[in-house]
Amino acid sequence: MKNIIESTEIYQAIKKGIKETGVKLPADVKRALKNAIEVETGPAEKVLRHISLNLETAEKENMPMCQDTGMVVVFVEMGNQVEIKDAFIDDVINNAVKDAYEEAFFRKSVVADPLNGRKNTGTNLPAVIHHEMTKGSDLKISLMLKGFGSENCSRIAMLKPTAGRDEVISTIAEIVTSAGGSPCPPSILGIGIGGTMDYAAKLSKKALLRELDDSHPDPYYAQLESDIYSEVNKLGIGGGGLGGAITTLGVKVEKYATHIAGLPVAVSVNCWADRKAIVEFKGELK
Amino acid sequence: MRVKLPLTDEIINTLKTGDEVFLTGTLYSARDQAHQRLSALLKEGEKLPVDLRGETVFYMGPAPTPDGKIIGSCGPTTAYRMDPFAPELLDYGLKGMIGKGNRSQEVTDAVIRNKAIYFYAYGGCGALYAGKIKKNELVAFEDLGPEAIYKLEVEDFPVVVAIDSKGENIYDED
Repeated sequence: MKNIIESTEIYQAIKKGIKETGVKLPADVKRALKNAIEVETGPAEKVLRHISLNLETAEKENMPMCQDTGMVVVFVEMGNQVEIKDAFIDDVINNAVKDAYEEAFFRKSVVADPLNGRKNTGTNLPAVIHHEMTKGSDLKISLMLKGFGSENCSRIAMLKPTAGRDEVISTIAEIVTSAGGSPCPPSILGIGIGGTMDYAAKLSKKALLRELDDSHPDPYYAQLESDIYSEVNKLGIGGGGLGGAITTLGVKVEKYATHIAGLPVAVSVNCWADRKAIVEFKGELK
Repeated sequence: MRVKLPLTDEIINTLKTGDEVFLTGTLYSARDQAHQRLSALLKEGEKLPVDLRGETVFYMGPAPTPDGKIIGSCGPTTAYRMDPFAPELLDYGLKGMIGKGNRSQEVTDAVIRNKAIYFYAYGGCGALYAGKIKKNELVAFEDLGPEAIYKLEVEDFPVVVAIDSKGENIYDED
């Protein structure tokens, strides 16, 4: 049966999600930071304590936890039985982004042209929107506020098809090592493996939207996530890059089929301010 | 320890990498675009719109100021992007820099050469730092919006010495 959704419902839900997550971290990230404080000693512990105090201040003062409120990255998973009443989904999303940033005093950090003039659009638009058509009547919109201190540390490696698991792990460790303290560690790593260069990069962003506490449904990849996590946390970068045991709070891998000649590995690095929101409109509830 | 701004050579001499410091006094915000413009002015031998000699620069572009507040969220941005411009500013007379992340060897050399200092500010802690700022005044490059230069009066602004005047670096592995 067709799921007809009012555009204002989507607009309100997205706007609320953005305004909330810019100020208050999702529960899974808060938990991970709390666990990290228990583990760390020395300068990284000091960094984590300031982060914790900052989060309390942001909530109390209702202001963004970080001045870099990011560029909005959105994944739309839309069933073929979904209809948005009298509106185009991207317009709804962009309107919600614009109004959320204005109302919540978030910084507008988007320039209209990457090279020519770099003039700020003044609205934080456009968002980066990925669309996936699915079967059925559900609509799921997942988004993140992607800061660029960490985004500048994201990388892609086109490995040889024979490289294998160990080289995938060591490549990721090298990327994290060269990032050092720049991405505001402890970071979260979204890893995309397979597909093409662009597809691996997209998967690496999608991976960042997963709950930190979950693990990959495929045991091989669940183990890979765990091994990358251990390896990266041996690097000693720690909170703020000042040295410590917790360099990453979580590693999430998404994979796809690839070509016989290649093994793309994309790493999206996110800061501890892992701001994300998911809104869902289930068809069967209608 | 608590330190008054502007920094003096005596104070800079006593500060060692890893020291936790609380700054009180005047800071100037400047990030990518402001640095590019300051650098262009220095190259042309022009006067800078703000006299930064002896001063400390905070790599930061704030979020908009909510009603009734002094400034919006205002934590440090990643410092290496300012590396191409920092040595000439230090040679000109800038004494302190505040940001996050490691610096280039050229910046470290300029820190040593000019008896300057680089502080780490807690990355991502924009709400926390907003509470440490008691006055905020736009002083140059208004057209740059959040990337303009703001004169900030700060109180007990928490930082850690990341590169001291001897060139000791907190990011170096032991």
